[in-house]
Amino acid sequence: MDPILLGQAALNGFLFGGVYSLMAVGLSLIFGVMRVINIAHGDMMVWGSYLAFILAFRLGLDPFVSFVLCAAALFCLGVVVQRGLVNRVLNAPHEMQILLMLGVALVLENLALVVFGPDTRRTESAYGLATVWFGPIFVDVARLITFALALALSCALYLFLFRSDLGKLIRAAADNGYGALVIGADVERIYTVAFGIGAACVGAAGALMSALLPFSPAAGFAQTVTSFNIVIIGGMGSLLGAFLGGLIVAVAESLGAVLLVPSLKELVGFVLLVLILLFRPQGLFGGKTP
Amino acid sequence: MRWAALGALAVLLVLPNFLGSYLLTVFIFIFFYAYLGQAWNLLGGYGGQISLGHAAFVGIGGYTSTYLAMTYKLSPWIGMFVGGAAAACLGAVIGYLGFRFGLRGFYFILLTVAFAEICRLVVSHVEALGGALGLFITFSGDPWQFQFSDNRYYYYIALGLMLAAMGIVALVERSRMGAYLAAIREDEDASEALGVNAFGTKLAAIVLSAFLTGVGGTFYANYLFSLQPNTAFGIPLSVEIILRPIVGGSGTLMGPILGSFILSPLAEVSRAYFAKGGLSGVHLIVYGSLLIAVVLFFPRGAYPYLRGLVRGRRGGA
Amino acid sequence: MLEVRGLSKRFGGLQAVCDLSLSMAEGEVLGLIGPNGAGKTTAFNLISGFLVPDSGEIKFRGRSVVGLRPHQICHLGLTRTFQLVRPFPHLSVLENVKVGALARTASVREAAGKARHVLEEVGLLAKVEVHAGELTLAERKRLELARALATEPVLLLLDEVMAGLTATETERIVELIRAINRRGVAILLIEHVMRAVMSLSGRIIVLNYGERIAEGPPAVIANDARVIEAYLGEEYVGATQG
Ligand SMILES: Nc1ncnc2c1ncn2[C@@H]1O[C@H](COP(=O)(O)OP(=O)(O)O)[C@@H](O)[C@H]1O
Ligand SMILES: [Mg+2]
Repeated sequence: MDPILLGQAALNGFLFGGVYSLMAVGLSLIFGVMRVINIAHGDMMVWGSYLAFILAFRLGLDPFVSFVLCAAALFCLGVVVQRGLVNRVLNAPHEMQILLMLGVALVLENLALVVFGPDTRRTESAYGLATVWFGPIFVDVARLITFALALALSCALYLFLFRSDLGKLIRAAADNGYGALVIGADVERIYTVAFGIGAACVGAAGALMSALLPFSPAAGFAQTVTSFNIVIIGGMGSLLGAFLGGLIVAVAESLGAVLLVPSLKELVGFVLLVLILLFRPQGLFGGKTP
Repeated sequence: MRWAALGALAVLLVLPNFLGSYLLTVFIFIFFYAYLGQAWNLLGGYGGQISLGHAAFVGIGGYTSTYLAMTYKLSPWIGMFVGGAAAACLGAVIGYLGFRFGLRGFYFILLTVAFAEICRLVVSHVEALGGALGLFITFSGDPWQFQFSDNRYYYYIALGLMLAAMGIVALVERSRMGAYLAAIREDEDASEALGVNAFGTKLAAIVLSAFLTGVGGTFYANYLFSLQPNTAFGIPLSVEIILRPIVGGSGTLMGPILGSFILSPLAEVSRAYFAKGGLSGVHLIVYGSLLIAVVLFFPRGAYPYLRGLVRGRRGGA
Repeated sequence: MLEVRGLSKRFGGLQAVCDLSLSMAEGEVLGLIGPNGAGKTTAFNLISGFLVPDSGEIKFRGRSVVGLRPHQICHLGLTRTFQLVRPFPHLSVLENVKVGALARTASVREAAGKARHVLEEVGLLAKVEVHAGELTLAERKRLELARALATEPVLLLLDEVMAGLTATETERIVELIRAINRRGVAILLIEHVMRAVMSLSGRIIVLNYGERIAEGPPAVIANDARVIEAYLGEEYVGATQG
């Protein structure tokens, strides 16, 4: 196997990984705080992609600008879903929460189908095809920008969670479930903000990714599953783990596409997941066992 | 109660004589999904081990018997059980890995999804199994090859499957295994302290559940005359399998059946109604909203709710 | 019948149980006391197979049980209760106890009969149909005891079955435990209610920071200076007042 080709694949995967990281960080936050499995995560991402697509198509906004608006829109969606639905089933049996989120996922996916049609789309960006060569290896400018933005957003989230009062409360809630409830924090507000931020992360990820890869309404569930893979591989409850896990999975998939058949690249992620579940269930960077 | 059940059975037995071909297919789907739901219910409802990858067992069962029928002319009536056994083996592997390492709740769900997806991706790349296009069964009309020109046969087979699964699960429910599964679902550690071999019991449950689901795979393949990896192993089928027992009431014998009588016609009607207007997707929005409504209004499922109504009325009288 | 030698368990930097040895004869009641965090529950978890010891030997009726799963140990005749009672909340009281009874018979009907019998003994027969989640704390403690009894243990490990009960409820549980013991069931008892431990136990072991600091008959333990210093002083006063 040509080492340059492999290096190129690894680099592409790595730069693409920022998007994966962002989406996994959002999921990890939601699960960590509420213990709710957001099965609609990938569909929320697809909506982020479509919003970016519409903003580019109608207003000519570049996705590398409009992702802020997409994140804001998804924040609102997250707040609505949390306030209206998730909030009411926090104490319901596990399978009922799953059913609820499946319902939300179905509605979101098919709403996208009805509104935008089944065709695959791709958001136009001014940087879509730009590349910079470094010797034998090239850097895809769009991926580079995506990576930088995803990294910046993750850092911003990190600062929010570790520096602001509300962020600290959210972390406390994530650390010991009902602990924050005991110390009398406004649990409702924490949950709402956490879900909103989680959705905003995945919305931004969707917007950024829409410039790199084609998407369609049907793509949502696969993204949900990938997000969960990453969170578990990185380590449940660890935001850093989710971030690094995103990079690892993206690189692994990218290498898998070169070494195996491209259509088998997803297999790499799943095999990685099974291995992690079996031999290191706390994840690569997580301290806690499940 | 017994008379009501016998009456219902009698109605279901003579019903095909009065149904048009469209309604007949609706009933076939009701029975078949009730069957798959009941198989899932054993593990997910009674045992509380939620699998979101049960399509893997449908796929393994269907592919096994269909491959054997195409290559070795083995009758699907026999292949059905070979397929069930193959699915049971996969179930044993998933169960052994998952339960041995103590994966609980969310982690187990992901393990099942991962295995279903691995199966889907691998089968899509196996030429002998038709690759991504899948296998197509040519119609011969030979009953020994599980083929009938009259849909009423499929009706009775699906009904038989549903009743058989119900009988098996009823037996389990009343046995030691049923009591142990409920105890594990409630509190695994506490059950172990009382002598429950949680690992062995869960393993037995997933093997039996996978076997039944795998047997269903043969019906699936031969009723649809084809198998594609994306549908037979896909997440959407897994979702369909778990919806009915949960909506009807998971961990109850009637749950999957009631759930299927509620959801299958609704899915069918909304599909027929909205698809006519060229609005593909709308029926799934309706379907999704319905699931949300069920969770909000019947948080324990429809059957426990109905049972509560009946009990309340009796108590009040 | 129970022989524990040099049992130790660490959690990270914390030595929860340190070189603990104890032995019990058939039919004996042994009290295990010590301040909160002394390692009593951890010792139970080790003996009943819920935790694997870092070192040490546990022999039950002549056979080593280290490495056995909790359910296997239960089948050998050693059953424990949980300090924070863990009933199966959505199952009826009868179904709860039936699970325990099924350890000795595969017949559900037989198990149900046995469960009723045990429930009568602990005074919960009126509640057989009630969901365990709806019981009062005192009733849940009885249920915990009934479930354990239904497994027909020869050695019963009771972890603070009286904590949180009123004086009369405590009195009744003490009577119940005495009756169980009279049938020949040996009992290892963790308890904070001093009057109860003192009156039930033939012998008492005191733990502090995971280590055994005293052992002897109740009268001696009650007067042991180290014990009083480590533990009894405040608690004993509190218990007699409560
Ligand atoms: N699973 C565990 N992980 C970490 N520390 C534990 C665990 N179980 C108990 N401990 C610690 O071990 C010490 C002994 O606890 P425990 O045995 O419950 O005490 P007791 O029952 O005597 O009150 C305590 O400091 C407790 O915090
Ligand atoms: Mg304790």
